[in-house]
Amino acid sequence: SPLSLLSPLLSPQVSSAAAASGAFPKRVKVVEVGPRDGLQNEKNVVPTPVKIHLINLLSETGLQVIEATSFVSPKWVPQMADHTEVMQGINKLPGISYPVLTPNLKGFQAAVAAGAQEVSIFGAASELFTKKNINCSIEESLERFGEVMTAARAANIPVRGYVSCVLGCPYEGKISPAKVAEVSKQMYSMGCYEISLGDTIGIGTPGSMREMLTAVMKEVPVGALAVHCHDTYGQALANILVALQMGVSVVDASVAGLGGCPYAQGASGNVATEDLVYMLNGLGIQTGVDLQKLMDTGTYICNALNRRTNSKVSQACCRL
Amino acid sequence: VIVPTDTKIELINRLSKTGLPAIEATSFVSSKWVPQMADHKEVMMGIERHPGVQYPVLTPNLQGFHSAIAAGATEVSVFGAASETFSKMNINCSIEESIERFEEVAKAARNMNIPVRGYVSCALGCPYEGNVIPAKVAEVSKRLYSVGCYEISLGDTIGVGTPGSMKRMLEAVMKEIPLSALAVHCHDTYGQALANILTAIQMGVAVVDSSVAGLGGCPYAKGATGNVATEDVIYMLNGLGINTGVNLYKVMDAGNFICTALNRTTNSKVALASFNTGAIN
Repeated sequence: SPLSLLSPLLSPQVSSAAAASGAFPKRVKVVEVGPRDGLQNEKNVVPTPVKIHLINLLSETGLQVIEATSFVSPKWVPQMADHTEVMQGINKLPGISYPVLTPNLKGFQAAVAAGAQEVSIFGAASELFTKKNINCSIEESLERFGEVMTAARAANIPVRGYVSCVLGCPYEGKISPAKVAEVSKQMYSMGCYEISLGDTIGIGTPGSMREMLTAVMKEVPVGALAVHCHDTYGQALANILVALQMGVSVVDASVAGLGGCPYAQGASGNVATEDLVYMLNGLGIQTGVDLQKLMDTGTYICNALNRRTNSKVSQACCRL
Repeated sequence: VIVPTDTKIELINRLSKTGLPAIEATSFVSSKWVPQMADHKEVMMGIERHPGVQYPVLTPNLQGFHSAIAAGATEVSVFGAASETFSKMNINCSIEESIERFEEVAKAARNMNIPVRGYVSCALGCPYEGNVIPAKVAEVSKRLYSVGCYEISLGDTIGVGTPGSMKRMLEAVMKEIPLSALAVHCHDTYGQALANILTAIQMGVAVVDSSVAGLGGCPYAKGATGNVATEDVIYMLNGLGINTGVNLYKVMDAGNFICTALNRTTNSKVALASFNTGAIN
């Protein structure tokens, strides 16, 4: 069958020559955001047991980081209302981190009470986006996060920082790389161990990615940077490629490309983890992820959501 | 779905207004093998020929070549493959036999001052043989170039390639063919096309094949996509500050036209995103 002919291409042993040439990192940490960013932006809501099973399946694929849920008020994000049950229901495998979103101190405390051992906070490089999204200025949002940081430090809980709109904003349009660098620097110096730079509306291209990273890398060490690319304009893998070439070694993705774009109806959102891993395998870059198991997990959640996968690799391998 | 001749002509006419310098119009293959292209003569004679735009057509052999010329073609393409099995399954002969056929076409073309473009299929993998070695791609490319093709388009026919395999393949081919005579023809079946194209561009390749709205599925993977969408390629090149002379909005317009006519959704993510927000940033 064609699939068996292709199976060598689905594994990481294809070539270490490319990675060894020094052009790319030898290893990339894939941060799986499907259960949170993905499901939060899906039309259909899945029941709690399905979410738990999804996360458990993902835990078997070799992924080391799986963003499990969000401790945001269910008034704002009803899809994540079952955050406590999910957090308490999942199998927490040793060596795997299950970060959760915490927008403020209250969310942080609820998260810790539910067993969270890592949290994430969300900033943005756009004032208008911050205003529309969380009804305050960037400065005010950072003050809120300051409270979370203090509590997290006291509890020895690592905090990951997200910066939204790094390559463009649905309201402001163009975003200056200097602004992205400024917000990233502030979040890093507040104590975030990693800054995930998000192309929230997928509008970026390898050109704007390079420009933005050049600015950010002046303020934050590349080892503390991650990219979170949306594939709304089909640019995600090309953008990720450029980030890798510049030394970034942490990449966010969503199984089956779950999660549409709230700003462009019908358009896609997150890049699919399967397609990312396929590319990394082809580059001889180690991820520790089993692509077959990942595709199986994608099939599971797409069936549960009654939707087709957004992953081209899965489509090609007939996991429609 | 077979598209009516008028629709094909309208599509090509719209594409002629976008700034695209080359639009592959049709194929002078026997309609027994490719019924969708049976109206090749009518299409060739029916389209507007804009100055500065080339309208190459496929010609698998001397007979097809003569038909194409009679119908007004001024550029032709021939299709080789880097895989013996693919060549056998596709055109029922060995690679060498196919190149001998193409040499006849190239000779006739040279006599009439008609440029010939050479395609090499399976450059990054074969649906039958699996892995394809870069040296083989280089060898076939060199053969096609030496019989007189002015440009060699390297095709990732089943879209299995990645930036890693693209780089290795181009390194091998670039030893035999000048960079300026190379093009890449990437399929997006595994979502790798833009990353592969970017890699090729970084290595100096300056000719890229693509298909408006990402038309054309993959005959080897049911339900999977094929060609990379022209809109998505242009979007990336624009973002890189690379000049193409192509108006993205006009391409999206042509894409919208053909998708409506075919009653299908576009495969272009740029088109999908733009028609839903009503704007591109």
